[in-house]
Amino acid sequence: MASPAARRQKIAPYVFIAPFFVLFVVFGLYPIGYSIWSSFFSMKLIGNAAPEFVGFKNYVNVLTVDPFFYTALLNTVILLFTGSLLQHFIALPLAILINGRFVRGREIFKTAYFLPYITSTVSVVVIFGTLFDTNYGLVNWAIGLFSDGEKIRWLQEAPGIKAVLSVILNWKFVGFNMVVYLAGLQAIPTELYEAAEVDGAGKLRQHLSITLPLLLPVIFFAVSLSIIGGMQIFEEPYILTGGYDNMGGDQNSGLTVAYYLMFTAFKAYRLGKGSAIAWILFLVILALNAVNRRVTRHLENR
Amino acid sequence: MTKRALPTHFVLALIGLVFALPFWMVFVLASWRGGEVLAFPPHLWFGDGLRENWEQLLERIPFARNYFNSFGIATLSTLFNLFFCTMAGYAFAKYRFKGRDFLYGFVIATMAVPGFLNLIPFYKMMVKFGWINTWLPLVVPGMAGAFGIFLMTQFLTNSVPDELLDAARIDGLTEFGILTRIIFPLAKPGLAVLGVVTFVGSWNNFTGPLILLPKVESTTLPVALSALNSRVDNNLGALMLGNALTLLPLIVAFVFFSKRIIAGLTAGAVKQ
Repeated sequence: MASPAARRQKIAPYVFIAPFFVLFVVFGLYPIGYSIWSSFFSMKLIGNAAPEFVGFKNYVNVLTVDPFFYTALLNTVILLFTGSLLQHFIALPLAILINGRFVRGREIFKTAYFLPYITSTVSVVVIFGTLFDTNYGLVNWAIGLFSDGEKIRWLQEAPGIKAVLSVILNWKFVGFNMVVYLAGLQAIPTELYEAAEVDGAGKLRQHLSITLPLLLPVIFFAVSLSIIGGMQIFEEPYILTGGYDNMGGDQNSGLTVAYYLMFTAFKAYRLGKGSAIAWILFLVILALNAVNRRVTRHLENR
Repeated sequence: MTKRALPTHFVLALIGLVFALPFWMVFVLASWRGGEVLAFPPHLWFGDGLRENWEQLLERIPFARNYFNSFGIATLSTLFNLFFCTMAGYAFAKYRFKGRDFLYGFVIATMAVPGFLNLIPFYKMMVKFGWINTWLPLVVPGMAGAFGIFLMTQFLTNSVPDELLDAARIDGLTEFGILTRIIFPLAKPGLAVLGVVTFVGSWNNFTGPLILLPKVESTTLPVALSALNSRVDNNLGALMLGNALTLLPLIVAFVFFSKRIIAGLTAGAVKQ
């Protein structure tokens, strides 16, 4: 028979971790189960109308007749490349630059680049909206210094909306990726570079044959995070283009899948269809991550 | 080698300027009257409309109320997370118990579930609970966040020696007594990281309050400001002032805790 103290020591860890599991079952697991179930029904978000079983109709509807879904998916994928993935080509060189042996004030630069990441989206979008204002924005003013062509209508025309969203996403997240890459770089033994230098390899050669291959796992991870985050972009386009009423602005250029999902559920109140969109988006994200994994593996085995 | 130092620093400073410019503009534009915010060429220095913008802001949204809501929700979320995540982190880091590895893996795996999957039913549930337009749905479900548990488990594994815990048991401390009297004091650096990260996350949360706090008096700063942004009678000067006041605590906190914030926010991505 164990002593009371020993018994308490056995039970204690389960008691300590219980809050997480209780909360997860109630507020996480149950809603997810409900989400799967509801995607097979035609039902409203509000009111007491009885749900009607429709099988795969919500999914088929979204994938075949819905005029907005593919627009939103295409927009999201474009923004994934121009907004979330493009910045890795900035973040990595920036990390290499900041990691230079002779760089002073590394922490200050790191802090400055990271600040946008912790800034609320509303503030970011409002200020960029002002910077990109057609008549009074700093950007068009700066462009006007070099050319006297027509002013670019950034926020009123479809390509402009995507361009501004891309700028926002790059500006906001590049510091985060830079910090991730910087940590990866600092884990690479400096002897490797010294040996390469002895062999007469230039800086670029060194980064191509040492940095990139050794950083591949870090790149894979950072890109995965960008894919997961980028495919869920909602707040930036929602605020920039003025909410549900505008559906992403000119030609729905800023309408992303998550934006459309929110619109379907919380403006059109179509719970079943909204849930179906959520699961389709989830599968798309899984597929893109599988692609990322394959590409990385292919590069590793080269 | 030093001949490359100057251009490198120049490039880094220039990029730093690009990053800083939008922040600078928020504070500059917050000081120009609504009608004068947009000018050609654009303002780069302060105006004298601060007082008028403040009055305009208070006229348009219940700004003090929104500030209080943002602050209250962020503070409560932070306090609960500090407590529950340290407790769970302590269990995962310092006890050997059946199913530990599986349960810890499960906690980590829940972080990979995207929020949009349960958002719609979660909203419906909150309506049933009568929690809409209250702080509860933004505090209670996330009280013991998986990320915080991960962070504290990592931290406690390395920073608390097992011998200390055995000695405490011999001295007759209960398991809960060890948690409050030994673990919490030793966990202070980890708690600081988790604290600022949780606070910042809650302070910036937009989608949650957008859905769960639709009433303007009940909602938080980001949602109130975004509503003001899309209003026809929007006063840009007032909006910028609201933004500046929302950003200010974050920037101040970041200046003091930048190392901890960066470490915390990249903890999942960067092995430490």
